[in-house]
Amino acid sequence: MPSTTTIRFVFKPLVFAAGLGPAGWVIWAALTGNLSPNPLSDVTNETGVWALRFLCITLAVTPLRRLTGWNWAIKFRRMVGLFAFFYGSLHVLTYAIADRFAGLDFPDGMVAWSTARSFVMSVAADIYKRPFITIGFTAFSLMVPLALTSTAGMIQRLGGKRWKALHRLVYVSAAAGVVHYWWLVKADVSRPQIYAVVVGLLLAFRAYRSRVRAVAPARPQVRATARP
Amino acid sequence: MLIKKTSDIRSSEITDEKLYVNRRDFIRAATGAAAAGAGMLAGSGALFAAGQAAPHGRKLDNVKASPLSVDPTKEKPNTWDQITTYNNYYEFGTDKDSPSMLAGRLKTEPWAVVVEGECNKKGTYPIDDILKGVTLEDRIYRHRCVEAWSMIIPWVGFPLADFIKRCEPTSKAKFIELYTLYDASQMPGVRMPVLRWPYIEGLRMDEAMHPLTILGVGLYGEVMPKQDGAPIRLVVPWKYGFKSVKSIVRIRFVEKQPVNSWQDQAASEYGFYSNVNPTVDHPRWSQATERRIGEFLKRRTLMFNGYGDQVQGLYAGLDLKKNY
Repeated sequence: MPSTTTIRFVFKPLVFAAGLGPAGWVIWAALTGNLSPNPLSDVTNETGVWALRFLCITLAVTPLRRLTGWNWAIKFRRMVGLFAFFYGSLHVLTYAIADRFAGLDFPDGMVAWSTARSFVMSVAADIYKRPFITIGFTAFSLMVPLALTSTAGMIQRLGGKRWKALHRLVYVSAAAGVVHYWWLVKADVSRPQIYAVVVGLLLAFRAYRSRVRAVAPARPQVRATARP
Repeated sequence: MLIKKTSDIRSSEITDEKLYVNRRDFIRAATGAAAAGAGMLAGSGALFAAGQAAPHGRKLDNVKASPLSVDPTKEKPNTWDQITTYNNYYEFGTDKDSPSMLAGRLKTEPWAVVVEGECNKKGTYPIDDILKGVTLEDRIYRHRCVEAWSMIIPWVGFPLADFIKRCEPTSKAKFIELYTLYDASQMPGVRMPVLRWPYIEGLRMDEAMHPLTILGVGLYGEVMPKQDGAPIRLVVPWKYGFKSVKSIVRIRFVEKQPVNSWQDQAASEYGFYSNVNPTVDHPRWSQATERRIGEFLKRRTLMFNGYGDQVQGLYAGLDLKKNY
């Protein structure tokens, strides 16, 4: 097991750099003309898929600990979860600008109150009208309180139990993200299927564990903050 | 001393020639599948999303300008790179860049189109025969994909009507069905059951005979790139792009309205007509605006893709909300 110092000063910076990798990759590709002729669509797709991937990694931490005993993995979970939120935010932002803003009429020019108003209306109407946007926006919105309460101070303020209960919302967020992906593809669901299986297995693991625990409550629990 | 050595291999163990040949097919298929897989993986990463522009082909001779083209000074044609790296050609994978990377294996020579059904001149028409005597024209058309993006594409082609007349359809011919090549050895994408293969599209006879409807054989004055449907494809500019079937191998004149591939896949989302119509949304997304490839701000989608003056007469009295 790596020491706390190694985790803090070596592995965490590495994971942080890795987490920025996809964003750097997209920026590099955009600057060097390596995106497709529809770059806005590429950026939207990439950021969305990476949000989902980071959600999957976040959800994999607990099963990984239970199955391997690598309890130090918990130390990376917040960072990975925040990267999911980071890419989710970029995804929503790209959608709002490239899909909604770019589709507006600008009767009073681009910089005008009417632009701001119709922009907000356009996003809201789309969320209301299109089921795949509704569910995608749900997936993102559920991540917001989780990101806001991710600090040590907030955990303390909420208390472990309530914090844990709140953060179970991530299950709903990930599932909603998969449905969003599934509903938006035209015919080839092979990729959404992969995420459905991954998220399904990760959630099934928890369901199974909680049943086992319910049957045998005396079994000692691995503490979340176990140290050597 | 004589050592009698029996053959190590019993005749029953010798691989049957048929199996042996199949093995080659298998290896080829496996390689194809692996390439397709690699292509799809590559396509999923932004790094490789740019695809590979088609190599430039033979220049086509005696291509006439056409008054049916859009004004290229007002609507600038998209570039060769854009038109040959951003394609929906599911027989080569469902990513936009997969056709550009995998269509190279499409064998376009020799090529022939089978004509059958309700017509007098059934038979197999080699492509040279189809092109004999036709006048090729530059047709710079708007191309509107059902996914709400669009391009301006300088096709080269000739009216489908010219070819139909040669086939002498009978009075029973009310519709025309057009089939894309279906060959797993050349098209790795057909191993995925995304659509029911072969890809089929159809037109009403009057749509097929319309002067805007062409058989496309070229792009930018050169022979058609493979990812764009070489060697011969349909172009119907007032309908969503998926109506314009690529790499045509079969044309059938029929009495009943055909079930086109996308209608077969999701009838609630894709109809037979599939006319570009900003007032009828796709059930999942809006068709009111479109992104012209290369532009940031979206454009308002035009009724019949801007060809209303020429084609709206075809649909007089037809409820376009029901007949989407």
